[in-house]
Amino acid sequence: MHEHDYISILCRTCGSEDGKDGNNVNPIRHVINIQSFSRDEIDRILDRAAELEPIAHGGASDILSGRILATLFYEPSTRTRLSFDVAMKRLGGDVIDFGPTEGSSVAKGENLADTISVMNGYADAIVLRHPREGAARMASEFSSVPVINAGDGAGQHPTQTLLDLYTIRKESKLNKVKIALVGDLKYGRTVHSLAHALSMYNAEIYLVAPDQLRMPDSMKSDLIDKGIKITETADPDDVVGVVDVLYITRIQKERFPDPSEYQTVAGSYKITEETLKNAKDDLIIMHPLPRVGEIDPEVDKSRHAVYFKQSFYGVPVRMAILSMVMG
Amino acid sequence: MKQETPPESRELRVRRIRNGTVIDHIAAGQALNVLRILGITDRSAEVVSVVMNVSDRKKDIVKIEDRELNPGEVDEIALISPDAIINIIRDYNVVEKHKVILPAEIEGVVRCINPNCITNTDEPVKPRFVIHRGDGVELHCVYCGRIIADRIADFLI
Repeated sequence: MHEHDYISILCRTCGSEDGKDGNNVNPIRHVINIQSFSRDEIDRILDRAAELEPIAHGGASDILSGRILATLFYEPSTRTRLSFDVAMKRLGGDVIDFGPTEGSSVAKGENLADTISVMNGYADAIVLRHPREGAARMASEFSSVPVINAGDGAGQHPTQTLLDLYTIRKESKLNKVKIALVGDLKYGRTVHSLAHALSMYNAEIYLVAPDQLRMPDSMKSDLIDKGIKITETADPDDVVGVVDVLYITRIQKERFPDPSEYQTVAGSYKITEETLKNAKDDLIIMHPLPRVGEIDPEVDKSRHAVYFKQSFYGVPVRMAILSMVMG
Repeated sequence: MKQETPPESRELRVRRIRNGTVIDHIAAGQALNVLRILGITDRSAEVVSVVMNVSDRKKDIVKIEDRELNPGEVDEIALISPDAIINIIRDYNVVEKHKVILPAEIEGVVRCINPNCITNTDEPVKPRFVIHRGDGVELHCVYCGRIIADRIADFLI
């Protein structure tokens, strides 16, 4: 088992085969959570993504030629899985995927630690999505190749946060952005990670959620302690004329411990053309997708809608991450 | 005229031990949890004495005979009883005396409060927490990030 004191894309924690040597000759670089990134590190990733974006638009590169990425998805995913796949292939690398867990060794009862150890023999890096919080961190401790967290339960999804930041930087402004986080602020992992990351950019954050789905107090306190100005409301109409970014999230039925709690909040907000009547000209609307009714399809054609671009930006951002962990 | 001490005050509830460790000033009611932390069970070989609610329910005491506990073994007691004092006894004399010190990190002592944490599965990983000390003691799960701030004793393994 490898002991890593500090997990981050830029860390150089483990240079030896047994993971105990501090000489850091051949480092393993894991991407586990956004909290372990400094602002400088994030900026470097976003800069790298900008350099690689032309290739993401249809070009090709041999930066990762001869390298193999293993994608292990224990939970359903479309965008994350495919964008990692595309990112790797655009950079000249190859991808292996163990497919649905029902058809893999997982169905026979193999634990995650063993699966990771096996994959170490096959791949140069591992992308992992798992239903348990902390799974990626544990996987990194058993891995001799970089582990990239593609979502661990209701926990972390750092590459989503990085592509969100890239989108904001590209389509609006990142420093001192006024952003409204709308929807499930209680269970939504994307907004938790994004709020943390935005605190490094002196953002002004508006929290828009029904009472039952308000952001946990501990998280709000953390943001306030970092000097972030927070305003809370339940109605998107209150903020649409003020903010630069409207970040909408889906209310994730699968994260509710009590299904009846979900029923009380399902469909409690919807962004329509009417909502945007008083929007600032340069407002952008983001959504991590998939959406299930939070944004009316008629909004798609408005100049404010950038959520499909945002989804595309997942490719250059993941190209940047892959090139940095394997390059 | 000299006053007689009542006989019951002169009796020791538990006899002095010749060699071993006495853990004094344990928070009242926590002695059995101290034994859990130390991994002492009914199958352990040591002779162990437990005195609870001493001095008007102010403290508990645990005496372990013929075993000297080192700081690494006892510091986790600070999680539930930060004022506990460790006394090492040799030939009836106290040869070492020190307060438990809260460690920076603990492993395998407390389970995570989050039922969906990877440490609450069959994976070969022990729950590990970084300890933060503010107004009270907080345990931050290294894996899922959840925080245990109250009733830590309820989560002892």
